[in-house]
Amino acid sequence: MSLISAVDIGKTYQTHSLLGRGIRKQVLENISFAIKEGETVALLGRSGCGKSTLARLLVGLEQPSSGKVLYRGRSINALRRRETQGFRRNVQLVFQDSPGAVNGRFTVRAIICEPLRHLTALDQTGREARVREVLEMAELPANIADMLPSQVSGGQLQRVCLARALAVNPKLVILDEALSNLDTHLQASALALLAKLQRDNGTAYLFVTHDLRLARRFASRCLVMDEGRIVEELPTAALEDMRHPASRLLRDAVLPPMPAVRQLRGRASLPLE
Amino acid sequence: MIGETLSIENLSVATLVGSEPRMLVDGLSLTIRRGRISALVGASGSGKSMTCSAALGVLPPGVNLASGRVTVDGMAREAATLRGRHVATIMQNPRSAFNPVRTMRDHAVETLKALGRFGSDAADRIEVSMVAVGLDDVKHVLGLHAFEMSGGMLQRMMIALALLSEAPFLFADEPTTDLDLVVQLRVLELLDRLVEERNLGVLLVTHDMGVVARLADEVAVLDQGRVVEQAPVMDIFQAPRHHVTRMLVRAHLSLYGMELEA
Ligand SMILES: Nc1ncnc2c1ncn2[C@@H]1O[C@H](COP(=O)(O)OP(=O)(O)OP(=O)(O)O)[C@@H](O)[C@H]1O
Ligand SMILES: Nc1ncnc2c1ncn2[C@@H]1O[C@H](COP(=O)(O)OP(=O)(O)OP(=O)(O)O)[C@@H](O)[C@H]1O
Ligand SMILES: [Mg+2]
Ligand SMILES: [Mg+2]
Repeated sequence: MSLISAVDIGKTYQTHSLLGRGIRKQVLENISFAIKEGETVALLGRSGCGKSTLARLLVGLEQPSSGKVLYRGRSINALRRRETQGFRRNVQLVFQDSPGAVNGRFTVRAIICEPLRHLTALDQTGREARVREVLEMAELPANIADMLPSQVSGGQLQRVCLARALAVNPKLVILDEALSNLDTHLQASALALLAKLQRDNGTAYLFVTHDLRLARRFASRCLVMDEGRIVEELPTAALEDMRHPASRLLRDAVLPPMPAVRQLRGRASLPLE
Repeated sequence: MIGETLSIENLSVATLVGSEPRMLVDGLSLTIRRGRISALVGASGSGKSMTCSAALGVLPPGVNLASGRVTVDGMAREAATLRGRHVATIMQNPRSAFNPVRTMRDHAVETLKALGRFGSDAADRIEVSMVAVGLDDVKHVLGLHAFEMSGGMLQRMMIALALLSEAPFLFADEPTTDLDLVVQLRVLELLDRLVEERNLGVLLVTHDMGVVARLADEVAVLDQGRVVEQAPVMDIFQAPRHHVTRMLVRAHLSLYGMELEA
């Protein structure tokens, strides 16, 4: 059975014009797909195509306007209390905007402890130990636990959010551009960590990104979104065969591996110092 | 008078960890020239953002400037006169840079007012900047709040606001991380064009060596607050010397299934 599935999801937002009249904007349309346990799926798409909106719907932060989200085959709105608890624990979202996803007055320790307190039976000592463990997993120094979000770098905060999501041992992690602030080296080690968790615990990932290079490296299957719809679905191995114009646009925008021997700018001949 | 070169000289930034002082930036010197793009690269936490904040005098509380100054054409400048006048900025994490209850129009107007450039041509200038970054539906976007916009739209809006200042130098901290590749390419081309047309001098902070390959003229590599290598972009990719540089280039090339030669 699928771990999570989207069944014909649609989402419209109401925005307000100056005259106070509501303008309806269809952000998602006819979205259907499923993710199995232990699977890694990439969700590729251009900015504004609806990826983050879909991610919020999948974890129940927002309600779809039509269609439904199923968790182990049951609508997430029809889960009993205990099941809701399990759902909240097992499906974690790492937000695109890490500063916005954490309480700025909490220390890193408190931030990671919060889901542990609500969603696990760990006592204080157990929680503290788990915090140390996940910080290490995310390659963060232990002393970062006492710092506030404003005291850590952009990439460090992103790893704190990843650590928080992984702390509760989820079955599915939705990573919304969650590695975008990391340098390639750290990205690679974060991906290696996620792959290891997958091997050990069968964790599944929905990897939201617009970077084809990362999707190719990490996922086995790719969904391509454009203007609120899924326009193409294919195994990562077949990415070269992408047909849809939206997919090709993404592929053609991949940056060069090496600098081009281009005409150097104006005073390029000046020495560096 | 408009400057030709901006130099960050012997910049050091310190903080206290417990009672121990810790250097976040350590004796960093860097020169940015108009018409050129200098990339500042380095691992996460190496001090890239801190360097920008320190140079512009906007360090967070608990962190202080231990030494250093910024000169424009050899003349020392106060941070307060640098900001906006000499240097426009694009900071990491666009969403948190916007006031949630204000529209994009409010932000644009406020930016112009802060620079003392709010006049009868304000609407035109705003439109020119927004079109330049590909926010073509100007009227619609100006009416939006940050929460109604995608990450990519916000990033472009931030660049549009930076362009409003018409400063000769631009500090761009990860200007394209939240953009999709297609918009990223457009923004990089835009920066490239601005460097040509407006003779802008850019300090480009990025962790993406692909961005560096596409755009940079020179590269400085930061490790634990120190510049460990500084070279023209070709040398960085073809003959990286310091092990940190080699690690960054190697990891980058592996994304393309390529290897670092020798
Ligand atoms: N609360 C909201 N009210 C109105 N419109 C919204 C709201 N949230 C999102 N939108 C709109 O929905 C569309 C999809 O936004 P979303 O953030 O899901 O895109 P995305 O694919 O994640 O983009 P990015 O790659 O830039 O993060 C955008 O046009 C956005 O303006
Ligand atoms: N307010 C603060 N107080 C104390 N230390 C801080 C503060 N903000 C950041 N730091 C530390 O300073 C160091 C440099 O941070 P900086 O934000 O400059 O990194 P960066 O190179 O921009 O990294 P990234 O690529 O992750 O954005 C990090 O080790 C960080 O933990
Ligand atoms: Mg998004
Ligand atoms: Mg930074």
